[in-house]
Amino acid sequence: MINTVATAPMVRFDHVSCSYGNGPVIENVDLTIAPGEFVGIVGPSGSGKTTLLRAMLGSVKPVHGSVMRSSGLRVAYVPQIETVDWNFPVTVSEVVAMSRPQRSWWPKLQADEKAEIERVLEHLGLAGLSSRHIRELSGGQQQRVFLARALMQKPDLLVLDEPTAGVDVRTRHEVLHVLADLNESAPDRRDGESGIAIVLTTHDLNGLAAHLPRLICFNRTVVADGAPGDVLKPYFLERTYGAPMEVLQHGGMPVVLEQGSDELRLRLSRRGA
Amino acid sequence: MLAVDLLEPFSFQFFRNGLLIATLAGALCGLIGVFVVLRSMSYIGHGLSHAVFGGAALAAVLNINYFIGAGVWGVISGLMIGRVSRKRIIGADAAIGVITTASFAVGLALQARFGQAKQSIDAVLFGNVLGVFTGDILAVAAVGVVSAVVVVLLYRRLLFTTFDPEVAGVSGVNVPGMEAVLMVLLSATILVTVRVIGVLLISALLVLPAVTARLLTNSFGRMLWLSPVLGAVFGGVGMYASWYADVPSGAVIIIAGTIVFIAVYTAAGVRRRARVAGMDHHGPSLRSA
Repeated sequence: MINTVATAPMVRFDHVSCSYGNGPVIENVDLTIAPGEFVGIVGPSGSGKTTLLRAMLGSVKPVHGSVMRSSGLRVAYVPQIETVDWNFPVTVSEVVAMSRPQRSWWPKLQADEKAEIERVLEHLGLAGLSSRHIRELSGGQQQRVFLARALMQKPDLLVLDEPTAGVDVRTRHEVLHVLADLNESAPDRRDGESGIAIVLTTHDLNGLAAHLPRLICFNRTVVADGAPGDVLKPYFLERTYGAPMEVLQHGGMPVVLEQGSDELRLRLSRRGA
Repeated sequence: MLAVDLLEPFSFQFFRNGLLIATLAGALCGLIGVFVVLRSMSYIGHGLSHAVFGGAALAAVLNINYFIGAGVWGVISGLMIGRVSRKRIIGADAAIGVITTASFAVGLALQARFGQAKQSIDAVLFGNVLGVFTGDILAVAAVGVVSAVVVVLLYRRLLFTTFDPEVAGVSGVNVPGMEAVLMVLLSATILVTVRVIGVLLISALLVLPAVTARLLTNSFGRMLWLSPVLGAVFGGVGMYASWYADVPSGAVIIIAGTIVFIAVYTAAGVRRRARVAGMDHHGPSLRSA
């Protein structure tokens, strides 16, 4: 029985095309997301990754095909933190609480809501920061606040748009570890339930994508889908990015290099000499 | 100045009415102004007040109730702004510019053509706190109570929609519904307060309390009560000062708010510089490295 639940997809894209009016942004997409999966989507800017996520979330309707979600599926979304207005007057606890419906006519947080917020913040290493303004936090802490807001919705599927865009190496490492923890065991998951399924987009092939169990190369449609070792191949990468790339192996992991990077380095070093 | 002199204006009914409506209008504009400022809607507020002027002028010329004439005109202008701005090729700011200035121009033309309505049109243009009736006070109070109740009941949804509309929509919040609620509250606020403050100054009263409150707090919840309190103080103090300054009350209300804003802005800058200096003092110095 558990096996059946584990293998039945949470989300199924069936020949999905989406458009904002000027031709399809994504075209003929077939993919499934199963419970407990951790999936990365990579592709160049303008390739339709965010539209793919929006179709998954239901905020963009397909013009062709269908997106099916399992009944009762709870999905939470974490947008790019670069889109956040950091001058907005809002504290950490106000951000985390806003995703939960107001339970009484008066908007003040109930005691059990406060306790739940503190528990989620503590789980994400943000204990004691609930009254801080969001701008007063480090990049990693800011990203985790938005994760906390998503977790308050008790999601089965967590969708993140470029969670490591514009952050330093240490913060990227921190975010990746938090996501791996949530994927293994999140707060509020019942015994026997898998961790939260995670789908994220990223431009970071070596620092993030290569570490994930499943990777989708995407450019308007699915170019390749599988383990990083199977997907991060020069053929697929060139079809995805439209530029030749080399793939080396380092410590059993693929490392992607742009072709011609040696030549560029030589040119620039000559100029410096 | 003797205490008797300070209390002198309170012996007049029209002043007591004026003080009450200025305080209520300040509080109402302070509350709605929080959303106007945080959603960058100040240009919409400015535009809607100009649009209402056209309706008010028509109501004065046709001798029909101000709230009916200006209200219907305001709603039609708001809907037209929404419709035109959805055509992405034009943009919301240009749509507001075209529709509201056209409405304002109609008001000015009516004023020039039908001189007998000039007095009531002037009241809308420049505000007339001392000429208010009980009906005006009740209208401001009613819109204030309804706005406060709506903001309290929809607090989290309005906050979510204002802070992060995309995620709010994905999380099940009816974002267009919340935006429509805010537009209705803003239109109603402008409709009932514009005769007090005037078309030309109303957008300042929508913005000043909210931006001053923003400088004083980093919390949305605190800003929501601080801004109406500041708006009420600006309205009351400005109204009282206008008695002695012998200057139109709308102008004094805005000047009072601006003085407080400048004081808070300066104090916030001094505090920020002191904090940075403190960090420099205690932290590692680059110069010594």
